[in-house]
Amino acid sequence: MSEITPSQTVGPFFAYGLSPHNRCDWKPSDGYDWKETIGANLITPDATGTKIHIEGRVLDGDGKPINDAMIEIWQADAQGRYAHARGEKPRPNAKFTGFGRSATDKDGLFVFDTIKPGSVPGPGGKPQAPHIVVCIFSRGMLRQIYTRLYFSDEAANGADPILALVPADRRGTLIAHKQPGTGQAVYRFDIRVQGDNETVFFDI
Amino acid sequence: MSLVYPKESLSVYPKHLSPEYKSTVKRSPSKPLIIVPHTLSELTGPAFGHDAIQENDNDLTKQHKGEPLGERIIVHGRVLDEDKRPVPETLVEIWQANACGRYVHNVDQHPAPLDPNFTGAGRTLTDKDGYYKFITVKPGAYPWGNHRNAWRPNHIHFSVFGQAFVTRLVTQMYFPGDPLFPFDPIFNSVTDEKARARMISSFDLENTIPDWALCFRFDIVLRGREQTPTHTEKH
Repeated sequence: MSEITPSQTVGPFFAYGLSPHNRCDWKPSDGYDWKETIGANLITPDATGTKIHIEGRVLDGDGKPINDAMIEIWQADAQGRYAHARGEKPRPNAKFTGFGRSATDKDGLFVFDTIKPGSVPGPGGKPQAPHIVVCIFSRGMLRQIYTRLYFSDEAANGADPILALVPADRRGTLIAHKQPGTGQAVYRFDIRVQGDNETVFFDI
Repeated sequence: MSLVYPKESLSVYPKHLSPEYKSTVKRSPSKPLIIVPHTLSELTGPAFGHDAIQENDNDLTKQHKGEPLGERIIVHGRVLDEDKRPVPETLVEIWQANACGRYVHNVDQHPAPLDPNFTGAGRTLTDKDGYYKFITVKPGAYPWGNHRNAWRPNHIHFSVFGQAFVTRLVTQMYFPGDPLFPFDPIFNSVTDEKARARMISSFDLENTIPDWALCFRFDIVLRGREQTPTHTEKH
């Protein structure tokens, strides 16, 4: 029998501790100076690669926005390297952590500014298509749920070993869609927790 | 050494849909989760350095001009993996209600006072032995809308990282002997009694400081154990 500590819900009140200067409107007053250790902007001055903006809404089983969710993302840098081990890391991107956190606002909207990740190795050394792993916490979730974000403009999606495990008619829920426009690349990624077109979640 | 993260260990977790806790009804996946192997993306995770924390981040009684009201307590323990080895230098974040059971959050408007000397947010890094320590005040119980006369047991929220994306844990630490345990659907969403007990801190007389503060001990066990030959054969 496992002896791990069980999960409990993040609850509705995490923002002043975990995402104090983020999107969630929690403040009873101004002037709160609790430092935000983990934010929604992952772009560091030394980061190379394509700057991208990711935005999406988190929706419940009735299609209503979840306004008290917290989204965490973990990704490789543009060269496909995770900033896992402490200490020295090959340059460029030495300061790029690849980890971000965004609370949702009253419309259930979360946003991230980051660098488009490169390809990382998958099972058997086969490359995975560029992707970001995503973890969702919320009031009403007793444990986190995991999903993945892939990019609509990546031909490599067709050969991705994890996408291949997802029924074809549900793969679309994992694709962030590049929005039309000539400026900075914007990808749209809505997360439907339950119901029609429910996002694929992973048992990991 | 390489760690593996057996999925069986998650059997003690609450189910996503636990209808007694009403908010899970519309916020739980209805389709089966897709089983996928752990790749580099799941087996790695963020590392935080000492620049992530500031002085007094782990002392919630020293973040304002005066001392907060309430019962001063020490909460300490170790973050361990499933083989009971320490998880060093991992980020531990906490948040909690004040001694009156009121959160510094505009969604919490129940009639209990805010404390100008208490916010309720803390964080620290574990040391090389996986040890962490907070000084705070004991949070009060508070009412919530789940059912008639619903009250949450006193608790401190914990967020812990560990060494991989799959070790991430958000949980709540409870206090021993709380009379609200039998009535709380969040606490009881963990159906195994021994697993529930692992969310309850223990009173620590040995580390209670005379004339100053009671101490509570809370060890946290994350997923992850050393790979054994058996595991290697299986894969």
